[in-house]
Amino acid sequence: MPKPSLSPPNEPVANPAQRRLVVDAQRISLTFDTADGQVEALSNVNLEVAEGEFVSFIGPSGCGKTTMLRVIADLQQPSSGTLLVNGMSAEQARLARSYGYVFQAPALFPWRTIEKNLKLPLEIMGYSEIEQQQRIGRYLAMVNLTGFERKFPWQLSGGMQQRVSIARALSFDPALLLMDEPFGALDEIVRDHLNEQLLQLWRSTGKTVLFVTHSIPEAVFLSTRIVVMSPRPGRIIDVIDCDFPTDRSLEIRETPEFLKVAQRVRNGLRAGHSYDE
Amino acid sequence: MTSSSLALPLRGSRALRDHPLVERYAPVLTMVLALVAIWYVAAVAMNWSLVRDGFEREETPYTAADVLAGTMEAERPLLPAPHQIAYTFFDSVFGYPPLAPRSLVYHSLVTLSATLLGFLLGALFGSVLALLIVHSRVLERSLLPWIICSQMVPVLALAPIFIVVLGALGLHGLLPKAIISAYLCFFPITIGMVKGFTSPDPLQLELMRTWSATPRQVLWKLRWPASVPYLFASLKVAVTISLIGAIVAELPTGAEAGIGARLLSGSYYGQTIQLWSALVAAAVLSSGLIALIGLIERSVGRRMGAH
Repeated sequence: MPKPSLSPPNEPVANPAQRRLVVDAQRISLTFDTADGQVEALSNVNLEVAEGEFVSFIGPSGCGKTTMLRVIADLQQPSSGTLLVNGMSAEQARLARSYGYVFQAPALFPWRTIEKNLKLPLEIMGYSEIEQQQRIGRYLAMVNLTGFERKFPWQLSGGMQQRVSIARALSFDPALLLMDEPFGALDEIVRDHLNEQLLQLWRSTGKTVLFVTHSIPEAVFLSTRIVVMSPRPGRIIDVIDCDFPTDRSLEIRETPEFLKVAQRVRNGLRAGHSYDE
Repeated sequence: MTSSSLALPLRGSRALRDHPLVERYAPVLTMVLALVAIWYVAAVAMNWSLVRDGFEREETPYTAADVLAGTMEAERPLLPAPHQIAYTFFDSVFGYPPLAPRSLVYHSLVTLSATLLGFLLGALFGSVLALLIVHSRVLERSLLPWIICSQMVPVLALAPIFIVVLGALGLHGLLPKAIISAYLCFFPITIGMVKGFTSPDPLQLELMRTWSATPRQVLWKLRWPASVPYLFASLKVAVTISLIGAIVAELPTGAEAGIGARLLSGSYYGQTIQLWSALVAAAVLSSGLIALIGLIERSVGRRMGAH
């Protein structure tokens, strides 16, 4: 297995991996004009993500981790820099439905049952009725929600709703899964459980995942690579490789290796003055 | 006397008070009875001098009791007593074949047809306007002032103009009435639907974008279903307004049929009881329409997972 690339901040990266790059971002900057003047949400960010990687973005609010995800998703346009997603421009990639996006809130459509919610992107993308039904069955089973087809979202717990939204993002088989603090609103126990499920999902589908989080243990547990970011201006200050065995379980969080990586993430955050306020 | 025998009637009365039927209907019933009582008192007070003058004109001896009885059965009272209105209402609803010109059912049907057509036109026009406003800032700025202006001119002043203009275009009968009714009722629908079409969560709109949905898909799969609660709220307002519009439209035309025509002839000939029973018919009609929309709303709500 080729080692995932490690890109030092603010420096162009030499060709790192043999594997196909799903995200190739070079010198991405994004400046917002606000009432209080200009805000540099992203400053010269380089990022290369190879197929099959699980990359977490961690950092305090305002460090640009969500903005980076939105730029990759073509929900926001960078001020400068070049970006290739799945070998295309971000807009082409969006139009080609190359990624599934999971927000912090499940954002289910309350007037649709669970199966109809899963069906929505498939309807929009013009899958045949038979194909839609097959995929609904397959992806509901994948997130352990078989039997909930006819329920409405309000009848499900927050964790179940978020699983539906993950199934919905996977249902059209995108190359890339973009997750913006998907478990941020859930309690610790549900979160642990979903972390294990997500890891399993990633292992069985082989998807490339970009995952934004606030939680150090979550980032270390899930990722093959952790990108530590810092605010004002938003930038990458450290990239940490994690190579825990793919069949790891939550117990790994007690091991010295795990704690060492977590410590390095914490040091990175501290070096970026993340704990100043 | 034991304490239990004392407590029994008390518990009995409390049980009666807590009975679900009593709990539900007692306040409403009390209110209605109070209103009827006030009405009777007002009818006596308002008709008193009228009846007394009648006795004096005919120079018949009378007692206060005669006058009191007279206020309850005057032919053209200032304020008819509730039972007079009720009698005339039921008589004109059930006393004639439904399509006879003296039947309130006939007149109600005439007004109802104009109301429904106007409501339909108004709902369509109102929704289309809302759609245009939501999709274009330019249209919002150019249309909205006119829409608001259109509602500031009293319809009583506009109705004759409409009738004359539409009459010159060769439109008579049902359609001009429906157009006046539509003119009045599109407004709450436009305002409600603009709110409804813009009600989807930003996340839902962004999801549609990540799936690269077409604007039409965003409309039919997101904006339209999200606006359904707003639609029903504004439909309920609009349907009463469209009934008022249809009635008002019957006034300047000197229409021979319809609730408006009954009101007009009632006030022209001083037939106050007929006037009031026509009003009751209008009230029954509009509550029926609102109840119907409420029923549809509930069944649609059930299918859309309302809880």
